[in-house]
Amino acid sequence: MARVIVDVMLKPEILDPQGQAIVGACGRLGFAGVEQVRQGKRFEVEIEGEADEARLADVRRLAETLLANPVIEDFELRVE
Amino acid sequence: MTARVGVVTFPGSLDDKDAARAVRIAGAQPVPLWHDDADLKGVDAVVLPGGFSYGDYLRCGAIARFAPIMTELVPAARSGALPVLGICNGFQILCESHLLPGALTRNESLHFINVEQRLRVESAGTAWTNRYTAGEEILVVLKSGEGRYTAAPDTLDELERTGRVVVRYTGGAPNGSERGIAGITNEHGNVVGLMPHPEHAVEALTGPSEDGLGFFTSVLAHLADGVPAGSSAR
Repeated sequence: MARVIVDVMLKPEILDPQGQAIVGACGRLGFAGVEQVRQGKRFEVEIEGEADEARLADVRRLAETLLANPVIEDFELRVE
Repeated sequence: MTARVGVVTFPGSLDDKDAARAVRIAGAQPVPLWHDDADLKGVDAVVLPGGFSYGDYLRCGAIARFAPIMTELVPAARSGALPVLGICNGFQILCESHLLPGALTRNESLHFINVEQRLRVESAGTAWTNRYTAGEEILVVLKSGEGRYTAAPDTLDELERTGRVVVRYTGGAPNGSERGIAGITNEHGNVVGLMPHPEHAVEALTGPSEDGLGFFTSVLAHLADGVPAGSSAR
């Protein structure tokens, strides 16, 4: 079994009001110097066998099709 | 013959009954459609109603997009043949299905918005808005937490240039939608998606106005004419 991590983030040009709200909370909580926070999602995808090229290609297709919306989000894959 | 307008129920749909009622008040026969049946039952048009399909898991509309009914609906809608109206969650499903460009994201304020909202009808050239006049203002309910329309700047430019912005918020978009966009259509004018709820504004007793009924009478007029949407000047 292998585990593939898929990180999904809003594209830089897409407004992230949740991240902005977190920045606001940082200030109120005394975490000075936090300038920006962007909030994303992390998926842990466990697959049968080794994370070879073919299986990674499958996970990439899964990410493009379902896990991320390419209109507003970017994603990155890595094997853990 | 009475037009038959399907209303899809997904797990988590909320406004399917109201949509069916609006269809009936407009003079058509509502036909319940089930998300898990890949069967459009020969309907003449389809409404994707509001709600929280599949609990809004992952992203609003992201799971509903792959429901069995959508395998029938998407090709028929994409070809320009089948009129489809997506309201609120239905609009989100249409964007996730790539039947409409762009996406709906979290309201700029992060607050769920529930207001009676004025809209300006920008295009009366679609299957769902031909009974309105371009520039007409209507009052309907807006109730959503993820209704901020966004798209790439060149997509927004194209929507504006080709008259595919269907309705716009007046007095500024309460959710931060880009260019005040409340609803859009595809290149054929048969697929329309909007965040506000015309189906809640179809009679004086229960709604802020009867302004929303025009969406449903429009599709009947469209079906009666047999004229493809988008063939008239917008």
